[in-house]
Amino acid sequence: MIIKILGSGCPNCKKLEANTQKAVAELGVEAIIEKVTDMGLIMDYGIMSTPALVVNENVLSYGRIPDVSEIKGMLSNPEIIKPAINSSTPKTSGCSCGGKC
Amino acid sequence: MGAVVVESANFYMFYPLQLFANWLTYAVFNIAPQTLLASAVNFFIFDTLKIFILLAIIIFVVSIVRSFLPAEKIRNILSRKHKFVGNILAALLGIITPFCSCSAVPLFLGFVEAGVPLGVTFSFLVSSPMINEVALVLLFGMFGLKIAGIYIISGLIISIFSGLIIGKLPVEHLLADFVRKNQARNDLVLPIMNWSQRLNYAKDYTWDIIKKVWPYILLGVGVGAWIHGYVPADFLVKYAGAGKWYAVPLAVLIGIPLYSNVAGIIPLVSVLTEKGVAIGTTLAFMMAVTALSLPEFMILKKVMKTKLIIIFALVVGMGIILTGYLFNAILK
Repeated sequence: MIIKILGSGCPNCKKLEANTQKAVAELGVEAIIEKVTDMGLIMDYGIMSTPALVVNENVLSYGRIPDVSEIKGMLSNPEIIKPAINSSTPKTSGCSCGGKC
Repeated sequence: MGAVVVESANFYMFYPLQLFANWLTYAVFNIAPQTLLASAVNFFIFDTLKIFILLAIIIFVVSIVRSFLPAEKIRNILSRKHKFVGNILAALLGIITPFCSCSAVPLFLGFVEAGVPLGVTFSFLVSSPMINEVALVLLFGMFGLKIAGIYIISGLIISIFSGLIIGKLPVEHLLADFVRKNQARNDLVLPIMNWSQRLNYAKDYTWDIIKKVWPYILLGVGVGAWIHGYVPADFLVKYAGAGKWYAVPLAVLIGIPLYSNVAGIIPLVSVLTEKGVAIGTTLAFMMAVTALSLPEFMILKKVMKTKLIIIFALVVGMGIILTGYLFNAILK
C-alpha cells in the first residue's frame, strides 16, 4: 500500500511519520511511506490541518496524530484502505499540478 | 482600581487555592504575613495554580468543540456565506480555532482557493489568533470577567470590520500569482473522529499547549508578583496613564514583535495596569501582541504581496488603537 504523510515538516508530522513506520513494522505489511510537503498537493486532499495520514489516496486522519495502535487498526481494516476508485482524489505522481493537468 | 474587584471575584471562585497559597506562604515557607515578600510569594503561588487549572480545563473543552468544527468544516461553511454574514461567522469561528503562525498559510490558501471571499478570510485571519483560549484564560484569570468580555467583543468587532474594509479594497491583484481562486475542492469527504479520538486529541492538544506555555507563564507571573509586591501602586500613571495620548499607539508598536510570549505577557501586563497603565492601553497592547505578529507577516509573504500585508496590519492596527482610546475614555 502507499502511505502518504501530509505536512509541512513540522514536529507533529515527524511524530506521525514515526508512529506510522512503527505501525507498519509491527503489522509486517508492505508499504511505501511517502512525505508530501507541497502545500498545493496537500490542499488537493481538501485538507488544511496537518499532519494528515493518507493511505491509498484515502484520507484517514488530519489535524491530529493517531497513536501506533490506532494506525495499526486502520491499516489492517481492508474497508478503510481500499484504493479510492472515484477519481475525485488526485493522482499526485510526477506532476505538481495536483491531478489537474 | 479594577484589580480590587478582580481579586474579590477570584477570591470566591478559587477560595481553596487561596487557602493553599496562604498555607504554603505562611506555614511552609514561614514568611511573616503583611510583608512585601509574603505578598509577592502568595500572589505567585495563587496565580500560577489558578492559571494552570483554568488553562487545562478550557483548552480541553475548546479542543473537544474544535474536533466537531475543524478548519476544513469552517471553510465549507464560509464558502457558502456571503459578505457581512460571512464576516461575522468567520470572526466567531475564529475563536475556537488554534492559530500559530505556521498555520496561517494553509488556512489562507485553503479558504481563498475554496471560494471564501477575501474579506471573510481576513476576518478569520484576525480573529483566530487574537481571540484564542490561552489569551482568554489569562485575561479572565488576571483581569476578571469584565475585561475578558470586553476583549472578546471588541476583538470580534475589529475582526469583522477589518475583513469588511479589506474586502472593499481593490486588493485581489496583491495575492501571490499561484493562488488559484475558487478552484480547490471543498466537497471531499473527510473522516470524522469518534469520541475516543476526540478525547485523545483534546488531551494531546491540551498537554502540547501547556508544555509550550508554562515557562512563559511562570516567568510572567513571577516578574508580575515581584512588581506587585515591590513597585508602588500608580508608579506608571505619569508615563502611561489615560492622559498620555501616545501610550496607545506606542503599546501597539511594542506588541507587534511579541506574539510567541503571549502567555507570559498577559500576567505581566495585568500588574502594570495595577501600577497605573490605563486599561484601554493595556487592551490595545494585548490585542497587538496576539493579532499583529511579525512572524505571521513573514510567513504570509508566501501568499500575498508585502503591500497587502501592510494594508492588513494598518487596518487591524487602527482598529486596535481606536479600541484602546475608547476604553481609556470610558473605563476610568
